[in-house]
Amino acid sequence: MLDVEELISRACSAIDACQDLVDLDAIRVRFLGKKGELTEQLKQLGSLSAEQRPAAGQMINQAKQQVQEALQARREVLDEQKLMQELAAGAVDVTLPGRGQDCGGLHPVTRTRERIEGIFSAAGFSVSAGPEIEDEEHNFTALNIPENHPARAMHDTFYFPTGRLLRTHTSPVQIREMTKHGAPIRLIAPGRVYRCDSDQTHTPMFHQVEGLVVDRGVSFSNLKAVLHDFVERFFERKAELRFRPSYFPFTEPSAEVDVLSESDCWLEILGCGMVHPNVLSHVGIDPEEFTGYAFGMGIERLAMLRYGVDDLRLFFDNDLHFLRQFR
Amino acid sequence: MKISETWLREWVDPDLDSVALAHRLTMLGLEVDSVEPVAAELSAVVVGKVLEIIRHPNADRLSVCTVDAGQEQPLSIVCGASNVQVGEHYPLALIGATLPGGLTIRRSKLRGEVSEGMLCSGTELGIGETEEGILALGDAATPGTSITTALDLDDCIIDIDLTPNRADCFCVLGVARDVAASEQLAFTEPEFAAIVPEIDTGYPVELLPEAGCPRFCGRVIEAIDPQAETPLWLRERLRRSGVRSISPVVDVTNFVMLELGQPMHGYDLSKLSGKLVTRRAAADEELVLLDGQTVKLDPEVLVIADANGAVAMAGIMGGLKTAVDEQTTTVFLESAFFTPDTIAGRARRVGLHTDAAVRFERGVDPLNQARAVERATALLMEIAGGKPGPLVEVSLEDEIPVAAPVLLRRQRLADVLGVEIAPAEVRALLAGLQLSITETPDGWSVKAPSARFDLAIEADLIEEVVRLYGYESIPSIQGVSRTTLGTVTESEVSLQRLRATLVSRGYQEAITYSFVAKKIDAVFSQGGTALELSNPISSELSVMRRSLWPGLIAALKRNLSRQHNRVRLFETGIRFITEHSEIIEENVISGLLFGTALPEQWGTESRPVDLFDIKSDLQGLFELTGAGHEFDFIAATHPSLRPGRTIQVNRGGTNIGWLGELHPALVKKLDLVAAPFLFELAMKPLIVAKLTSFTPISRFPAVRRDIAVIVSNDVQVRDIEMAVRDVAGEMLRDTVIFDIFSGKNIEIGSKSVALGLILQKTSRTLTDIDVDEIMHAIITRLGHDFNATIRE
Repeated sequence: MLDVEELISRACSAIDACQDLVDLDAIRVRFLGKKGELTEQLKQLGSLSAEQRPAAGQMINQAKQQVQEALQARREVLDEQKLMQELAAGAVDVTLPGRGQDCGGLHPVTRTRERIEGIFSAAGFSVSAGPEIEDEEHNFTALNIPENHPARAMHDTFYFPTGRLLRTHTSPVQIREMTKHGAPIRLIAPGRVYRCDSDQTHTPMFHQVEGLVVDRGVSFSNLKAVLHDFVERFFERKAELRFRPSYFPFTEPSAEVDVLSESDCWLEILGCGMVHPNVLSHVGIDPEEFTGYAFGMGIERLAMLRYGVDDLRLFFDNDLHFLRQFR
Repeated sequence: MKISETWLREWVDPDLDSVALAHRLTMLGLEVDSVEPVAAELSAVVVGKVLEIIRHPNADRLSVCTVDAGQEQPLSIVCGASNVQVGEHYPLALIGATLPGGLTIRRSKLRGEVSEGMLCSGTELGIGETEEGILALGDAATPGTSITTALDLDDCIIDIDLTPNRADCFCVLGVARDVAASEQLAFTEPEFAAIVPEIDTGYPVELLPEAGCPRFCGRVIEAIDPQAETPLWLRERLRRSGVRSISPVVDVTNFVMLELGQPMHGYDLSKLSGKLVTRRAAADEELVLLDGQTVKLDPEVLVIADANGAVAMAGIMGGLKTAVDEQTTTVFLESAFFTPDTIAGRARRVGLHTDAAVRFERGVDPLNQARAVERATALLMEIAGGKPGPLVEVSLEDEIPVAAPVLLRRQRLADVLGVEIAPAEVRALLAGLQLSITETPDGWSVKAPSARFDLAIEADLIEEVVRLYGYESIPSIQGVSRTTLGTVTESEVSLQRLRATLVSRGYQEAITYSFVAKKIDAVFSQGGTALELSNPISSELSVMRRSLWPGLIAALKRNLSRQHNRVRLFETGIRFITEHSEIIEENVISGLLFGTALPEQWGTESRPVDLFDIKSDLQGLFELTGAGHEFDFIAATHPSLRPGRTIQVNRGGTNIGWLGELHPALVKKLDLVAAPFLFELAMKPLIVAKLTSFTPISRFPAVRRDIAVIVSNDVQVRDIEMAVRDVAGEMLRDTVIFDIFSGKNIEIGSKSVALGLILQKTSRTLTDIDVDEIMHAIITRLGHDFNATIRE
C-alpha cells in the first residue's frame, strides 16, 4: 500500500530546505501538480476496493492539505525574506540633505509690519495708505505745524523743486482719512517715511505705523490701555510701560512711551497723544463732539527690539547674511 | 540745553538726589539726556597761594615757587607755567593726589630742585578749559581749601532735550519754576533792585510799528574797566552751560540769558552813531557779523540799524563793527522782545544757529526785558565798575502779546483724561505754576504768567494738569469697541499671498531706498526724466526711482562682494512716474535671479538660472488670480534687457510689466560677472482676481497622445499650442511640451517640438476613432499652418 506518511515527510523536508520561491513552486508541482506524486496516488484510488477507498481517499486528501499548508507557510517565510532583502538593498542614508529649491524669507520690516497690522486689524482698525510724496498742507499745516514752526525745522524734510516733499511721517494719512471719512474713525497707516538724515542711528528712509482713533468719549486712559495691550501682544510678554510728557504739534497732551526692557532699562518705543483740537477742526470734525488719540511708531525700532538687531542700517543693506536670518 | 545742578538748586532745592531730580525733570516733559559730574573726584588738590618765585637754577623755563597750601610750612613747588604770579591762587595737587588723566603726584626732583606737588591747569583737573597755563583762582579762595569746594566742583551738568513748546524752560528760572510746581515748593519770581543812574546818558531808539520788535530796553554804562576779567565763578557757570567765556560784557549778557531766558547784546557805544532803529533789511544790505562772516540780508530779516546801516541781525547775532572789544569803556546793553515770527528760520537761512535765535524763535517772556537789564547792569558793575545811565525802554504796547484768560471745564478735563481729578487738586496743580485762577460755574478761568505764553487754549491747560498730576497716575481703561466685521476680499490677490508665493520659490524679500543715483535711474528708464530731490543726502540717492531694478542690482552687487553667488531677491514698493507733469506713485513687484537654478546639492545637475525659471515663478503668481490664461508672454524689446531674451507681459492685451535677462552692455557697464534675470510688474492690474466658478469633473477616462512635429525655428510654441487648441476644442483638457530638440536628424534651422495632448469628454468615453480623427485633424492643421512634419 502507499506510504503516505513517507511522502509527506519527503515533501515537508524538501519544502523546509527550499530557499527560493521558484524552487518552492517546483516542489509544489512535484507533489501536487497534475503529474505530482500525490496526484498520482489519487489516480490509483480506483484500483482499491470500495471499502478501502474512502479511508485511503481521506488520507491522501489530508496529506495534500498538509503539503499545501507547508507550502503556504514556507511561501510566507520566503516572501518575507525577499521583502527584507529588497528593503535592505533599498535603504538610503537618511542624513543626506533634501533636494530642490530652498525657501526664501520675508524682510524683518515686512514681518514686523504684518504683525502690527494683524494685532490692530483684529481689534477693528482698518489699514490705510497714503502717498509718499506729500504737500506741506498734509504733512505739516493740517497737523498744526504752521510755517516757521520750530517742529518743521526738526523734521529734516526732503523737498522737490515744486515745493512738494517726501512725507516725514505717516501722520498725513490721518488727515487724508479724516477728511474723506470723518468721525468716528479707527485706523492704522503703515508705510515708508523719509528724513534728510543719515548716520549710525538714522537712515534717510524708514518705516512708521500711524494709529488713529476718533470717536465720542475717547480718552487718554483708553490710549494708555490700547498701547499697553499692543506692546504686550507685540513682544508676547508682560510689559511695563512708562508714559512721559512730550510734545507733538498734532496731539495734546502728548507722550513718549518707554517700555521696560528685560535688562531693566527704559527703551523709547513710540510717541502718542490726544488728537489736538486744531487738527480735528481743520478736517471738519467738531472737537467738542469727538475726541481721539493718535500714536506713531518706528517699525525698524520695534524690529530691532524684538529681534535684537543693533544697527539700523542693516535693514537697507539687503545682505543675505542678515536677511536669511528671517525666514 | 545744559544746566548746572547747583545753579538750579540755588533757585529751588527739592529733596531729591541728582538721579531722582533728573527723573523728575524727565517725567515733567523736560527730557534729561544725561547727567554728568562737572569734574572727577579730586582728592588732595587744594588752593595754593604763591608766596615767592625764584628762577630755577638749572632750567630757564622752570621756576621754583614757595606756595602756601594752608599747612604749617609753605611747600616748594617747581612750576613750568609762564603765567605763575606772586600773590595769585592756583590749584595745587599735593603729594599722593591722582589727577583725572591718571597722573599720580609724587615727591620728586626736577633738575635738582625738590617739588612737593604740582600747580595745575584746568585741563589737568579735567574741567575742560583749554587756556594756556595754570588756572588762576583769584583772591576769593583760601589756601588749603579743597579745590572741589573752592571751585564748587561737586556739581552735575544736566542736559535737557527741550521740546519746542517749552521755550520758557530755556533758562534756570524756567526749569526752577517747573520743578517747584512739580514738588509743590514755594517759589517766588526773582526781583532785582532797579539800578540808580549815575549819569544821564541814554540812547535814542525808534521802533517801527509792526516790524516785529514791540519792546526794546537798554542802558548805557560808561567808564567800565576794559582790563577787568570775568570772575572764575561766572566763567564756571557759563562753562557748565556749554558757553565759552569771552569778555565781561559778553559773559554777563550770556549769563543773564542762561539765568532769565532773555538774550541780550552789548554794543560799544563809541561805535554807534545816530539813533537805533528796528527795521527790515534793505535790498542788498550786508552785515559783517561778530563771527567775522559777511551775510547778505534779505528783506525778511529784521535788523537793528544806526545812522550808518545795520549793526545787528535782530535776535540772532550782533555786527562786528559795533562790537565790544578790549578797548571798550562805554557799552550800550540791548534787551529786546522780538516776536517769534520775526526771527523764525532767519538764522538757519544764513547757516547760523545761535542761542539767541533759538530762544527768540520759540518765544521769550515779553515782560522780562527790563528785569534782564537791571540784572546785567548789576553784574557788570560788580566786575568792571562803570557808571550806569537810566533804563532805556521803548515799547509798542499794542503789539505786545497779552495772555487772555483760558477756560478749563471740569467735565472736559475728565472726558479727555478718562479720570476725574478732584477740583481742589486741579487748582493746586495749576497754582503751583504761578497761574492765576478764578472759579467759574463749570470749572476755572486761568491766566498764565507772561513766560507761559504757550498756555493759550483749554487743551494746553489739560496737558499742564496731567503733566503735574503724573501720566502714570492715569488709569488704563479699555475703550468701547465698535463691532464691525472685517473684509476679506477675493477680488484681489493679497500682497501676503504674492509674497508668500515668491518666498516659497526661494526669493528673499529686500527693501531698498526709494531714491537712487540719477545716472543709474536713467539707464533703467525709457526716456523721460526722474523726479529729482532739491536736497538729496548724496548724489547716490538723488532721484526718485522709476524702477526697482537699480536697487535690486545694487543689492546683488553688495551680496556678490560678500561671497554670495546665488541671489534671489524681490521687493514690493512704489516707483515714481511723471505723466503729463503729474506724479504717479505706482505700486510694483520686482525680482532678481542670479546664479544657479537650484542651491548646490547632490544628485541634481547644476545649471544656471534662465529665463524660463523666472517665467515659471511669474506663472505661479499669475495662477493666484484664478485667471492665469489672461496673461500673455510676448517676445519684445526693452532697452535694459537682452534682445531675444526679453518678454513683455500683457494681461488682457495691456502691458503690465517685463521680464528678461539684463542687457550684456549693462552687465559690462555695471561690472557684473554674469547677467541677472529681472522682472517688474505693475501691482494693480496684476492682482485683479477672478472668482473660481466650479466646473464639473468628467467621470470618463482621459486619453493621452504624444506627437513630435518638426517645424522651422521661428515658429513659436505658443502658436502651435493655439492651433492645437483651436482644432481640438473643448475635448482638449491640457497640453504638455515635453521636449524641444534640434540637432541630429533634424534639418538645420528646424526644431522638433514634442507635445503631449490630454483629451477627454465630459459626456462619454472617447473611442479610438474619436482620438484618431482629432489627431489627424491636428496634424493636418499643423502641416498647413506651420509646414510641420511628423517626426517618426
